[in-house]
Formats: sequence, C-alpha cells, structure tokens
Amino acid sequence: MSDLTKKPAPDSENAESVGKEPRAAEASAAPVPAVDPRLLVREQGLKGYWTEFSRKIRGGELGSLPVVIGLIVIAIVFQAQNDKFLSASSLTNIAVFTSGLGIMAVGIVFVLLLGEIDLSVGSVAGMGAAVWAVLNVSNGWGDWPSVLVAVLCGLAIGALHGFFFAKIGVPAFVVTLAGFLGWSGLQIWLMGNEGSINAPSGGVVESLTGYFFEDKAAAYGLALIAIVGYAASLLLDTKRRKSTGLPARPVSEIVLRTGVVAVLVLAAAYVLNELPGSRGLPLALVLFLAVLVIADFVARRTTFGRQVFAVGGSSEAARRAGINVDRIRITVFAISGMLAAFGGLFIASLSGGATKNLGAGNTLMLVIAAAVIGGTSLFGGRGKVWSALLGMLVLQAIQQGLNLLGMASEIQFMITGAVLLAAVVIDSVSRRTQKTAGRA
Amino acid sequence: MIHVSATPVLALRGVSKRFGAVQALTNVHLEIHAGEVVALVGDNGAGKSTLVKTISGVHPIDDGALVWEGRPVRVNRPQDAQNLGVATVYQDLALCDNLDVVANLFLGSELKHGPVLDEIGMEKRAKELLDTLSIRIPSVRIPVAALSGGQRQVVAIARALVGDPKVVILDEPTAALGVEQTAQVLDLVERLRERGHAVILISHNMADVQAVADRVAVLRLGRNNGVFDVAGTSHEEIIAAITGATDNAVTRRNARTSNGGGEAEAGGADGTFTKGDAK
Repeated sequence: MSDLTKKPAPDSENAESVGKEPRAAEASAAPVPAVDPRLLVREQGLKGYWTEFSRKIRGGELGSLPVVIGLIVIAIVFQAQNDKFLSASSLTNIAVFTSGLGIMAVGIVFVLLLGEIDLSVGSVAGMGAAVWAVLNVSNGWGDWPSVLVAVLCGLAIGALHGFFFAKIGVPAFVVTLAGFLGWSGLQIWLMGNEGSINAPSGGVVESLTGYFFEDKAAAYGLALIAIVGYAASLLLDTKRRKSTGLPARPVSEIVLRTGVVAVLVLAAAYVLNELPGSRGLPLALVLFLAVLVIADFVARRTTFGRQVFAVGGSSEAARRAGINVDRIRITVFAISGMLAAFGGLFIASLSGGATKNLGAGNTLMLVIAAAVIGGTSLFGGRGKVWSALLGMLVLQAIQQGLNLLGMASEIQFMITGAVLLAAVVIDSVSRRTQKTAGRA
Repeated sequence: MIHVSATPVLALRGVSKRFGAVQALTNVHLEIHAGEVVALVGDNGAGKSTLVKTISGVHPIDDGALVWEGRPVRVNRPQDAQNLGVATVYQDLALCDNLDVVANLFLGSELKHGPVLDEIGMEKRAKELLDTLSIRIPSVRIPVAALSGGQRQVVAIARALVGDPKVVILDEPTAALGVEQTAQVLDLVERLRERGHAVILISHNMADVQAVADRVAVLRLGRNNGVFDVAGTSHEEIIAAITGATDNAVTRRNARTSNGGGEAEAGGADGTFTKGDAK
C-alpha cells in the first residue's frame, strides 16, 4: 500500500518539472526586473509591518523582544508574590538603582561593540569615588572640581588600558584584569586609614541620587519632550527620504512607533508623579537618560560610532578602509573608564559615601550582565546603547523583587547568574539562527 | 581602440622589491592606460601580489619608479595610492559583515553634515552607483552578511569606485565564485573599462583573462616574462610564458610546422587549427 502511494509521487514531480521547463525558458527570455524577484519586499501598512516583524523573529533577529517579555514576566511574578512591587517607592528605587550602574553599562556596551571586554569598571568606579571623596571631603576641594577630576581620572585610566591594548597588543582581557586588581588597590590606598568617607549632605554627589524634581511638570514635561522629539525625528527623516526618492517609513509605522513610545514614557511619568508615596522625577534617571541619548546618537549617527561598529565587525577591513583602529580602541576604553568613574559617584551617593570596597563584589558582573541581557552581542559589532537601560532594568527589578520578598543575597546571586546565563544562551542561539538565515 | 590616451595613467619603470634575502620583484615594467584592462598573470610566487601591493602602497618599492600620468610619484602608504586615485579590491574583500551595504560602501569616506552622518545622501549615492554598474542586490540596507559571495564581490568592487579612482586593481575577483557570479563580475569589469577606468586584473583563470582583458602581462619569478595582446595570442603561448616552458607539446608542434619547409602552406593551416582548438 505504502509502495503504491509512494511511487506516483516522483512521477508527478517529473511531470511538473517537465511542464516547468518552457516556463523557465520564458522567464529567462523576459527582461530582467530592476528588483531581484527573490527579495522579500515589505508590504505597505501595518500588515506588512507585522509580517516583517515575524520574519525577523524567525530569522533570529530578536532585538529587544526577550528583554521586554522578561520585564513583563518579572513584573507579573513579583507583583503576584508581593503587591508592593509595583508601588511608587519600589519603582522609584528601581529607577534610581538602575541609573548609576546603567551609566557604567553604557561604557561596557561600547567596549562590547568592539568585541572586547573591560573587567576593570568596578575598580575604576571605586577609585573614582575615592578620588572624589579624598579631594572633596579630606582636602576641601569644591564639589564640581572634585567630581570633574574624579571623572577625568576614569577617562585617563581607560585611555591607559586602551593604550596597552591597542598599541602594545596586550589582550584587553588581561589589561583590564590587571586594572581590576591595580585600581582597587589604589582605591584602598587613597582612602588611607578611613574605612569610609561620607558624602556631605546637600553636596553634588549626595544629590545625584537624592534629588527629585517634585514638580509634576518635570516628569510630564520630559515625557512630552521625548514623544515630540521622537515623532519629529521620524517625520523629518521620512520627509527627507521622500524628497530624495528613497523608500521611507509608512505613516502607519510612524504612528505605531510613536504610540508605543508615548504609552511607555507617559506610564513612567505617571508612576513617578501620581502613585501614592511617589517623590517625582529622580535626577539620577534624568542624567542616565541624558547619557543614553547622547551615547545612542554618537553610536548611530556619527562617524566615530560607525567606525566603532566597523572595528567590531572586522578590524582588518576597518584598517584597510583608512580607519585609525588604534585611536578608536583607545577612545572606546577611555569612554568606558570615564562612565565607570561617573557611575562610581552614583554608587557613592546611594551608599552615603566612598568606601574601601565600593565597586567590589558583583558591581562588575552586574554591569557586564546588563549590557549582554539587554541584547548587545559579546562577539562584537552588534548591539544597541539602549540595551544598557533594558538589561539594568531587568537586573534591578529582580533585585528589588527579591529584596521585597526578603531573599538572602546568596539567593539573589544565584538568580542573577541564571538570568545572565539565559541571556547569553539567547544571544548565542539567536546568532546561530541568524547564521542559518544568512544574517550573520 | 584600446589605447584611449597616449600617456599611460600608471607606468612602472624598472621596479624592484626585496624582502630580506628574497628578491621578490626585479626590474619590472608595466604600463596601464585609461579604458584598458590589463591582466596580471603568473604562477604562485611570481610576484603578482607583491607588484599590486607596491602600487597600492602596502609595500614601498626599493628601486625603480612609479610614473603617474607622466610624472614620477612616491607611494609609501595606502593613503598615498588612494590620493592618487588607485583603488584596490583585495582577495578577501575586507567588508564588515555586520554593517549594511551603504555603510560598507562609504566606510572610511562617509558623507557628513558636520559631525553627523548623512545617511540619506549616502543611500542615494549608493543606489546611483549600483545602478550605473547594473549591480542588483536585494537592498542597500541589509547587512553584508546576508549577501551571496558574488554579491559581496560586486559590493567590494563598487566600494572601490566610491572615490572615482583612475586605476582599479582587482585581486582574484572570481576565484571563489560560481559560473553566474563570475559572469556578473566579468560584466562589471567590462563596464569599468567603458567608464574609462584603467583596470589591473589578477587571475589564475585564463578563460576569464581572455574574456575581458585587452593585454596580458606575465610575471615569472619576479621578472617580466612578456606582455601579450589578448586578441592575437593563444592560450598556450600565455601558459608557456607563465610556466617558462619553452619545450612543450605546443611549442614542439609550432616548431615542427614552421620547419616544414616545402609544406609551408599546410603548416600554416595546421597552426591556425591549433589556435582554434585552444579556444
């Protein structure tokens, strides 16, 4: 029976292929179309948007999707366990704790885009805080000069790492591992006999995480600026593309994207302003968002950013294209060091001052994990600056939720480790899927 | 027909290059005119790549002179060659897989509004460039990783043309390609010639060379071993020059027929038959 059903199959195939031949000949005789017929062209309108989206997902271009789903799952799970999780104070906590480490993660995103790693960010953060504290508190320098010198110290340290990596050729892993040990040693030495130096109340560093814009206009105003700015940049881009005859985003897509952004930022502003017990817009969040917007602009819109992606994709191709690869590498490590020191000041602000072990422990791991969880590839050349925000939100939301449930820190470590592993697995698997889909 | 201009756009006069104890190039002469495709052939180690690298500034020459449009020039760095108007497409293409086609085409020479990338201007020019070369790729906004081998090759060649160079050097452009893609690249080489570029084509594939080249320059052991007009030269003569074999079946037959004495007519007929057979 099975034989009978199987046998006709090849015959029918043959018949089909015989029938196809004249058609194929016709096709080759026909004039060649301007667009490759194998190309999948996106249909107009929302339906086309959806089909392209689902095709990308199947092709392994997951983008931010796993993180967004992860955040929703985290919110549901913790809210079910403890109804304080989505309260104003809890969400404000997440926002403030996300900011400092998130700024450090932005630096790591740049380093990962190069395909390298910076293991020194925790120590550099601690050293930056120590430099600030010693200058500001022990030596009586002004707020701003001491903050500036601390951040510049981070910049110089990063540039030094970059120099050893780019010019001497020591692997970045080893250079920054040496920095990890060396700079934390310098941090402890700087602190001298003091176990910790408290941040003066009312000072710049204390207000980094302690100041809130209590006026409701601040949060709503910032949300409005974000929505209008986003929509305007999309519309301007579309207008310019249309005027030069290039394919442009359909209006429906602009409306959809702006709508999603508007819902998100207005919801965030509402939470910060209106929920009972809310304190308004935290300064830390504003600074973090400013760093994100500037870094994103640099990464996507400037020559420097393009060159960072090029070096991360293929340093040899970048070199032959006339890019000064060494300069890019040194600059990226300098950015990482600068943002690490800046983030260190946030940590000092949160913990009430500089300590000998500030930035030690799991700071480094959280920062690198955030960048990876957010979707920046460990393999270089692929990623977004915004992954620093998404990844750090995931980590801080988990930490906040576990704190509310009264979990011990060892449990938190294990869970954070599992989340990081899951993120890297997603990265590796999606990369493999992209390869089979011809996208990597 | 072939020689558009009297002065060669690039001429190498007695170029020599040593690497330690190895004399890689000895007294090499080469002339390339605008609107001409010169194939550079030779066995492995003949010095083809070294010669190309001296022109593109990767290895400065030790002796001799590079003459650009009639005046001697020094080419010590890749930038020097680029500034003169020499663009090189390396065998490994040197594309960034993670960047899209537009970004790759303009890598290192991005169009800008101040410090900001002019993405729209670049995309427009990329499309124009690809259109004039009749290059068809699915989209200029997909990463190069998503392109086929032939498409990458044409993108790499198109990239060499962004700065509108006078001399384009193609190092083994068809080595890794299939039949259809090879045909595409050869078409592209002919379009480069039509647009007035001088093209240096390195290839091991005699069929490709005979299909598109105007002249064939043969290198053997770092020295010139003849320059042939493709039109009047047989496959075997070029192979003989490449291998240095003067004593082989072809030369023996040629020698026998030309020594035929009283049967000169028949010998001539035999000779033409050999050439026809070669094709």
